[in-house]
Amino acid sequence: MAGCGGSPDADAEPAAAAGGDGPLTGEVVVFAAASLTESFARIGDEFEAAHPAVSVTFNFAGSAILAQQINQGAPADVFAAANPATMQTVTDAGSGDGEPVRFARNQLVIAVADGNPVGIGSLTDLADPEVKVALCGEQVPCGAAARTALDTAGVEVTPVTLERDVRGTLSKLTLGEVDAALVYRTDAASAAGVAAVDFPESERAVNDYPIVVLAGAGNPPAAAAFVDFVLSESGQAALAQAGFQTP
Amino acid sequence: MSTRNQPAAGAAAAPSVGWRRQRRSRHRVPLLLLLPALLGLGFLVLPLAGLVIRAPWSTLPERLTAPGVLDALRLSLVTATVATGLCIVLGVPLAWLLARTDLPGRRLARALITVPLVLPPVVGGVALLLVFGRRGIVGSWLDATFGITLPFTTTAVILAQAFVAMPFLVIAVEGALRGADVRYEEAAATLGAGRWRTFTRVTIPLVAPGIAAGAVLCWARALGEFGATITFAGNFPGRTQTMPLAVYQALETDLEAAIVLSLILLAVSVTILVGLRGRWLGAT
Repeated sequence: MAGCGGSPDADAEPAAAAGGDGPLTGEVVVFAAASLTESFARIGDEFEAAHPAVSVTFNFAGSAILAQQINQGAPADVFAAANPATMQTVTDAGSGDGEPVRFARNQLVIAVADGNPVGIGSLTDLADPEVKVALCGEQVPCGAAARTALDTAGVEVTPVTLERDVRGTLSKLTLGEVDAALVYRTDAASAAGVAAVDFPESERAVNDYPIVVLAGAGNPPAAAAFVDFVLSESGQAALAQAGFQTP
Repeated sequence: MSTRNQPAAGAAAAPSVGWRRQRRSRHRVPLLLLLPALLGLGFLVLPLAGLVIRAPWSTLPERLTAPGVLDALRLSLVTATVATGLCIVLGVPLAWLLARTDLPGRRLARALITVPLVLPPVVGGVALLLVFGRRGIVGSWLDATFGITLPFTTTAVILAQAFVAMPFLVIAVEGALRGADVRYEEAAATLGAGRWRTFTRVTIPLVAPGIAAGAVLCWARALGEFGATITFAGNFPGRTQTMPLAVYQALETDLEAAIVLSLILLAVSVTILVGLRGRWLGAT
């Protein structure tokens, strides 16, 4: 509200001029969970192809830090989180515009190096002190899901590191510094030289991904169009291709 | 276009008056310098004041004793101190080599030493991984020969800190060595002292203030290290989670906790700097 009632100074916002039913213009700033990096980049390209006058800018990071940035007033139009709890910190703070919509689901796998050299077959194998494991910190959705899965299995794992987002966790594996990492299926699929080991407890730790237009959006029409695009057939196809389950 | 120079000319008149008066009263400072100087001061001090103002003072005691806070603080103090010790042991001889010998490649060595100064620390972390990581050139040998893996250990934290902080010490000590009067060393040599004896009995006491200054800078840089640490040593409470990492993690979940942790770091840094400044750096 306060941001909209700005002084009538010279720098007219191209985004505001777009309003009504004219073609969309301007920039859409999308804050998205790190696990959406590849799929949203593709969706962004397709969205820009469909709306040539709009450019999409992404900020990919752990959902928790994105939520903090949004609540501290970061200029974002759309927020896509990796779980409802993190999304709720944004909607509770009044930063969301309307109800978040679920657009994808994701499941954890045990990511190991190609060929599974250490022979990991289940969560129990991660408890072996000889096996170096990287987990996400519990403040981010992948870490919360990992905690749920490990608790469900009754397995006590001492990780060597708690990373700030799922991509950081995965990179410790691709660098060869750990033997196994609990990451999303989509992340394991996105990296070369990484194999995924399924485990039954992941059924109990499925993450729903919600998306919302933000109250402070500088370009609400284009933001709404982007959310619609993610929920559209082509958006869902891009997500499914990356390994997400789509609702 | 033609009036473009007028404001500048008018403004230039003011400082010239101020400059003339300055001879009588040293307190008179030209406004054109005073204004940006005060803005600069405010810009540097205001964020620190912001930390102090926003701090949750009423819940401070509980937060200070919250699990993990003291662990992170202790780890930070220990690793920064050990890293500084390592930097002194390796860096002082290195500075001596640069300042007192004319070995070939000295200039190149000096240039290379300054690289970590300007390198983004996260790049330093990646570079450390590529050398000391499990698949690194040195790391794979360590692993195969001794079964030692460095990443994700407290040792890795110390290595990361020493990597980014050592150039500060080397440059400070080299500067002190160049500024020191070589005649004392020559006199010692004339009186029959060997190079090692001259170094320990004459050179070191001569440049001790320089070493202290370098060590303080080095320690402060090590204490604040973030990028190389999280990349090379990872983030695990009690083992590799130093204060800056704890601040960043707290920021994701609990802003007040992040403020408290930042406040502690600020207090520690200021205390050490003030304490050492008075004692060794000879500043007023």
